[in-house]
Amino acid sequence: MKEISGDSKIVMGYIYSALFWGVIGLVLGLLISAQMWSVSFNFGEYFSFGRLRTVHTNVLAYGLGITAEMGAFYYIIGRLTKRSLIFPKLAVFQLVFFNIVVLVGTLSLFAGYNQTLEYAEFEWFVDLGVVVAWVLFAINVLGTILTRKEKHMYVSLWYIIATIVAVAVLYIVNNLHIVASLGKSYHLFAGLNSANVEWWYGHNAVGFLFTTPILAVFYYFLPKSTGMPIYSHRLSMLSFWSLIFMYLWTGAHHLVYTPLPDWLQTLGIVFTILLIAPSWGSVVNGYLTLAPDWSKLRTAYLAKFFIAGITFYGLQTLQGPTQGLRAVSSLVHYTDWVPGHVHMGTMGWVVLTVTAAIYYITTRVYKTEIYSETLANTHFWLVLLGQIGFSITMWITGIRQGLMWKSTNVDGTLTYSFIETLVGNYPYWMARSVFGVIFIVGMLVFLFNFIMTIVKGKQNLSNQ
Amino acid sequence: MSENNNSIYNKALVFTVVALVVILVGTIVTVFVPMMTTAMHPKLENVTENPYTPLQLAGRDVYQKEGCINCHSQTVRPLKADVLRYGEISQPGESAYERPFLWGSKRTGPDLARVGGLYSDEWQKAHLINPQHFFPKSNMPKYPWLAEKQLDPVEIEKHAKALGLKYTQEDINALNGLTELDAIVAYMQQLGTYVENTHAVLADEAAFEQATNPYLNNQEKIDRGQEIYDLLCIGCHAANGKGSAEGYDVTNLTFAEALPDYTDGMMFTTIANGIEGAMPGHLRFMTKDDIWSVAAYVRTLAK
Repeated sequence: MKEISGDSKIVMGYIYSALFWGVIGLVLGLLISAQMWSVSFNFGEYFSFGRLRTVHTNVLAYGLGITAEMGAFYYIIGRLTKRSLIFPKLAVFQLVFFNIVVLVGTLSLFAGYNQTLEYAEFEWFVDLGVVVAWVLFAINVLGTILTRKEKHMYVSLWYIIATIVAVAVLYIVNNLHIVASLGKSYHLFAGLNSANVEWWYGHNAVGFLFTTPILAVFYYFLPKSTGMPIYSHRLSMLSFWSLIFMYLWTGAHHLVYTPLPDWLQTLGIVFTILLIAPSWGSVVNGYLTLAPDWSKLRTAYLAKFFIAGITFYGLQTLQGPTQGLRAVSSLVHYTDWVPGHVHMGTMGWVVLTVTAAIYYITTRVYKTEIYSETLANTHFWLVLLGQIGFSITMWITGIRQGLMWKSTNVDGTLTYSFIETLVGNYPYWMARSVFGVIFIVGMLVFLFNFIMTIVKGKQNLSNQ
Repeated sequence: MSENNNSIYNKALVFTVVALVVILVGTIVTVFVPMMTTAMHPKLENVTENPYTPLQLAGRDVYQKEGCINCHSQTVRPLKADVLRYGEISQPGESAYERPFLWGSKRTGPDLARVGGLYSDEWQKAHLINPQHFFPKSNMPKYPWLAEKQLDPVEIEKHAKALGLKYTQEDINALNGLTELDAIVAYMQQLGTYVENTHAVLADEAAFEQATNPYLNNQEKIDRGQEIYDLLCIGCHAANGKGSAEGYDVTNLTFAEALPDYTDGMMFTTIANGIEGAMPGHLRFMTKDDIWSVAAYVRTLAK
């Protein structure tokens, strides 16, 4: 009986962990979506919306997102450097350690230990664990790349290196805190600087946890799964450097119309608009890669995941900059438009790209075909429908509520009390929960297909 | 490209360093350079380095712990509708000592930047325990456990020390026996109070002194008044205008018996401007026409 290689086992370990956290995060997401339209879905202290919304975002960002990216990175590096991981045992330790960190972090958020900085809610004792895990990760990734057997570094490695470096800087700076006690710390920066640092971090967390690592995955797996080389190396270079340069300037677009100095807001908005160019550089590069033979969308079942994924990325990077504009911000900021926007990136771009990569990795690791292409297609369409429905309902209700907040009577008074603007959201929030169920069913189909592919692969191996 | 051995894409270490530098440019210009400017350290004269009492500090911790920020912002934008609804524009100096800032990014519920003094302590406590009593269609979770959790003065003293806030032992000891509910309400009651909050629209009481309600016998307007009453007033004043039921300590709102003493003008200005610390003014989001309609409906309750 043959076994899969040690490095492959490590990669699969990260994927299993990511999917475990993914299921928890998605179910909690569905629960909080129901809490939005019925208060009866709040179950006491630990399962009230204020706690759970934080658990939802962190479990999915750290548990699903980062863990899956770690696994995908280790897989990609193993191929692009033409060597095995430099410290395989360290990668195993890192996996166990990071799972413990996410578990402790999740439980601490349930208990209300919360720094109250969006996407940096983990308290200082969890932050220390995240930083240690990231350093171990960086040692392994950079160590393997530095000792690579293939001289030239392919695009995916650029994005991997940028991710490693940027996340370290972002995470450490924003989590600089004054420790008050075991369970409590306060931001080192106060007032306007607290806001400015947090959204520099917050926007770039999106940039370097949900953009650059997913682009690394995209640039590797799109050519691999279709057999077609990336359209333009030059365009890849241009997009890469301009993207990682401009991203860091844009955080203040989250603070439009706040007390932050106007010049910082405007600078942030300007760079946000500029950011469309490098984002669309990758979108165009992806499209033109498939342009010589669009029939791949029919014949290579993974191609449509990547093309739909990069399409969501393209829409995301057009919609985001428009939201940064003052006029648009004044209407949609603070409304449900924004969760609609965010989930197009996470449920569309990230999930489609990452699940397709997991299919590819699994079939390669176990040297088998996918269990069912039909189920993969079902998974694709359910996830697509769930995501589009989710975002469209939120955009509608966001605009609706934004307009109601602004509406005034002929005598200059406001037309609606706050509660009137709130109750109009309920039908849309209910519809969102329905689309959430469709999305989760799609993800369960994926899980089933993933597990059955492994079962099939193991049978093949044991028959050899 | 790969033929060129000097290419940066062949040198991982150089590449890593260059990537780091590229990332740091925007970081330094937009985050660290501003820190050196006075504009990023604004001060209001009356916001001292110790803006909170121990109880308010404890309440701020509870606000953070419960994730209130997930649904409530604390920034009034320089926009007409924001100012009408919430009050004076948020000023930079107001959050000078806020660690972290709590401006938020979502308004599932209303902004709280100027909530201090808008309602009474009793109302805030009753509302936190059961928001649906006041707004039957509200989606805000109930927070009954806040009333059961005793504050820990030793822990709060540590928080104060970390923030450099100086309290006397007497101040700290005064926290004994108080609950998280007392604390969060104390925190909310000071929110936005460092700036004088002049709402954009206030009814001039003198102008309405002699006014009479034009809709007293207009059934259509009375029906409209009931519609508004059932949405906004019923929580505190109950269906019959005889105050709140269910044992909440907000029963001092009985107005039915007092109605005969109220002139139409007094009713109008009370609904429009509210009563400081007890009842919010409604002119901000009700037309004068609607206020007269509610007043006309309320008259029918006294009959």
